[in-house]
Amino acid sequence: MTVMSYSYKVPKSRFFETMTGIVSRPSGAIGLFLVVTNVILAIISPWIVPYDFKVVNANIILDGPSWQHWLGTDQLGRDVLTRTLLGGRQAMIVTMTATPLAILWGGCLGIYTGLVAGRFDEIVMRIVDAFLSLPWILKMLLIIVMFGSGIFVLIPTLAFFYGIPVIRIARAATHAVVARDYVSAARARGQSRLSIIWFEILPNVLDALLVEGAMRCSWMLLAFTSLSFLGFGVSPPTPDWGLMIADARSYMAIAPWAGLAPVIALSLLIIGINLTADALAKAVGLDRAQSAVH
Amino acid sequence: MHSQKLSALIVPNQRFINMQDTLLDINDLSVGLISPDHGHKPILRNINLKINKRETVGIVGESGSGKSTLALSAMGYLKKGLHYFGGRVHFSDIELMQASKMDLQRIRGGRMALIPQNASQSLSPTLRVRDQMYEALRLHTSHDPATYRHRIVELMGKVRLPDAENIVNRYPHELSGGQQQRVAIAMALAGEPDLLLLDEPTTGLDVTTQAHILGLLDDIVTNTDMTMVYVSHDLGAIARVCRRVVVMYAGEIVMDGTAEQVLEAPSHPYAKSLLASIPRVHRDALPAALEGRPPAIGDLQNACAFAPRCALKSKLCETERPNLFLQDNGAYVRCFHSGAVESWSPNIIPRSMYRSTQEEIMLDVQGLAISYDKRGFLDAVFRKFSSSPPTVEDVSFDIQRGETLALVGESGSGKSSILKAIAGLVPTSNGLIHLEKEGLLSSTMEERSKSQLQLIQLVFQNPDESLNPRQTIGEILEHPLRLYTDLDSKSIHERCLAILEKVRLGPHYMTRLPAQLSGGEKQRVAIARAFIAEAQIILCDEVTSALDVSVQAAVLKLLDDLKKKMGVTYLFVAHDLAVVRAIADRVIVLYQGRICEIGPVGKVYEAPHHPYTEALLSAVLEPVSGFKPKLLSRDVVEFSPVKQGCAFQRRCHRSLGDICERHKPRMQQISPDRFLFCHIDAAELSRLQNAPGTLI
Repeated sequence: MTVMSYSYKVPKSRFFETMTGIVSRPSGAIGLFLVVTNVILAIISPWIVPYDFKVVNANIILDGPSWQHWLGTDQLGRDVLTRTLLGGRQAMIVTMTATPLAILWGGCLGIYTGLVAGRFDEIVMRIVDAFLSLPWILKMLLIIVMFGSGIFVLIPTLAFFYGIPVIRIARAATHAVVARDYVSAARARGQSRLSIIWFEILPNVLDALLVEGAMRCSWMLLAFTSLSFLGFGVSPPTPDWGLMIADARSYMAIAPWAGLAPVIALSLLIIGINLTADALAKAVGLDRAQSAVH
Repeated sequence: MHSQKLSALIVPNQRFINMQDTLLDINDLSVGLISPDHGHKPILRNINLKINKRETVGIVGESGSGKSTLALSAMGYLKKGLHYFGGRVHFSDIELMQASKMDLQRIRGGRMALIPQNASQSLSPTLRVRDQMYEALRLHTSHDPATYRHRIVELMGKVRLPDAENIVNRYPHELSGGQQQRVAIAMALAGEPDLLLLDEPTTGLDVTTQAHILGLLDDIVTNTDMTMVYVSHDLGAIARVCRRVVVMYAGEIVMDGTAEQVLEAPSHPYAKSLLASIPRVHRDALPAALEGRPPAIGDLQNACAFAPRCALKSKLCETERPNLFLQDNGAYVRCFHSGAVESWSPNIIPRSMYRSTQEEIMLDVQGLAISYDKRGFLDAVFRKFSSSPPTVEDVSFDIQRGETLALVGESGSGKSSILKAIAGLVPTSNGLIHLEKEGLLSSTMEERSKSQLQLIQLVFQNPDESLNPRQTIGEILEHPLRLYTDLDSKSIHERCLAILEKVRLGPHYMTRLPAQLSGGEKQRVAIARAFIAEAQIILCDEVTSALDVSVQAAVLKLLDDLKKKMGVTYLFVAHDLAVVRAIADRVIVLYQGRICEIGPVGKVYEAPHHPYTEALLSAVLEPVSGFKPKLLSRDVVEFSPVKQGCAFQRRCHRSLGDICERHKPRMQQISPDRFLFCHIDAAELSRLQNAPGTLI
């Protein structure tokens, strides 16, 4: 009796493969560069900023860019560069904690409803529809009015509302997996529901959830900045992009630099996230634009 | 210098000597992939093929042999990602590889038509058949639009679709698979092509429908001036319609000759092995397995591509690539040792025989019924009960220890549903399933005990579907052991290695993912998973139908070996009657979820009683040139069982009329182990079968 053997190359780990997949694409390389730069700057900003962010100087109100103040000064004479560098920290902290939370709870519920189907699924999906039919800002403001706008209210609230669309994504991805024979095989073996979710479904749904998570990051960032812009996020004088845009809005005509700096910083980060998410989707083979055509 | 190499210098085209004009001339064509490091990986290598007018050529090969790529290249088309490396394709006087898009558009569908494998996917679902036919006529003919209507009816008649007026007004999804394929053929004929290319046109159809379609194609080609190129993995289908057969292996033509030369006296070891690996309806033995697998694309050096799997290989085969050379009998062969092929034959092994000595019943199924009907919310409110007959009804049988029982029937016969009901995946609506020692099985697996679950294991049809792509083979094999036993990790690992050895895979497979395995290897893993926790009854759901024939032969042999070693009982579901003949002891013939006939496989195949068994068996194709299956039953596809009477009444060629339409057929016991469900007396049935002139 011969044992079959063929020449065979040991594959690299899937994580490594995906990372190479992202970096080797132009969109992924640019996106990842933007995101990493933004995050590093946000981390080290307290040690590299040239000025104190809250020192007010009435002599240099709305000064244009100069050698002392590269990006000029705002309406209270504060350094715009300093405040822009520091202004993303809150938003990033909220995004980086609330997004995983949203994916976690939305993913768990979505996978579970997708697996059990039937009446439970029916009920959950109608509740999801009800939530999705209301504008998000309305729901957020309601919560903020009731519980205040501290970071410990904002993170769970954002995580909750942004987890709801994730339920749908996770459920759809689960539906595609549940129909496969390996799930039937696990059921026929008598595997428990939890072990079917853990061993059979989760590894196959994870790609979709990760891509969704990457996409959600940019939405979350935008949502938090919008709340700050409306005055419900960070309270002054803490620098924050949303707040800075709100403040500089009135002086846009005479001092565009005060508003443009945070806008550009925010845009670059969001573009970076979206490009990375796009490259991630392509790297794990979930690219919708490609899959339709053969 | 070898004499064979000298003869290879003769260009292989002078053979079909009538020297009518050549219609298609493929000259030294190479097509392939270009890898990221700019390496050329050929899929087709130096193809030389000349097809004359009115020839019928079959191109046969297993998956990955490049046969479909060749067929599409013959239309001047390359799939996305493929590159043209060299050579020429002449159709009449046009060079297709250099032709302009406009020229190609005019030729394709007009002078050259393709009939694809899956008609349901090639017909547009949003257009009625008539509109699609109109389009084909408008684009590829110069007829007056006023005559289209008449022309369509004519075409429908040509492909033997009765009631053309009705059919053309339907959408493709309202037609059965056989009807869809007929419409696709009619559309291909609309442009009055010189060359008809068929890419596996009957794969996926039921055996009786397939026999009808092949008969139709044969008639069309003999009655017109058309040239046909028929691409298939199925030598039986090719033998039915082609006079010339081209055998492909790893992107090259290894043999090219008349159907008799290739099918009766193959002089290439691959062609011979391929023929030997096809199970036959009238041979009580396992087909000969062809070990190993074809070389990966681009893996080919200066050697014979088949050498690693060849029993006749010599030093020369590994250092030099043989050319296609002309043999004395006029066939072309790519082999240095073709002279030795005749005296060599792959060994066909008799299978292990089951001897019913213990008379111990493993599994007993009584009056099983399955219904997929779901009562909606409103039906429940109004207490309405479904009136449609159940998908499976009144199925009773038992299996003895160590026996292989096969359920056979066409698609929709309920054979897989019965299997899934026994596995607990499909709830039963009636009937009892009794397992030896463990007692009555509850109808859902949630209510079954661990030891009941452990005894029955299921192997699925398609290993791509049944193995989780994100788990290594080791993880896949561990699951049943962790579930049913208390073994520690070390002994689980040892058990996995032991079972891998038994299914003839090495220990290095433990860390691989399913995507890194070939189809046959994946199915071995799926089989290993069923066996690892010492199951007693293995349910096999079409386990070989997704595999190539040579791989199928190896899997059948493995199943037989495992049965010998582990003493298990198989319940084997298949649509391929020849496979059932090779592996099963007893067979149950099913039609629309009702049993037609039960009996030992040899007796049933030699003397079928039930009209359906008779029709099925007579429609089976044999890879013998000139073989024509008999077409007994009407080519009707039924979507749901009849409400009363015999399930087979609408297709039966021996129907008695009223009694068959009103009453369920009675059970007749022919011999202690043979049962028949039919209104006609068994003796009368066998007399009718032997009487001449009863064919419809």
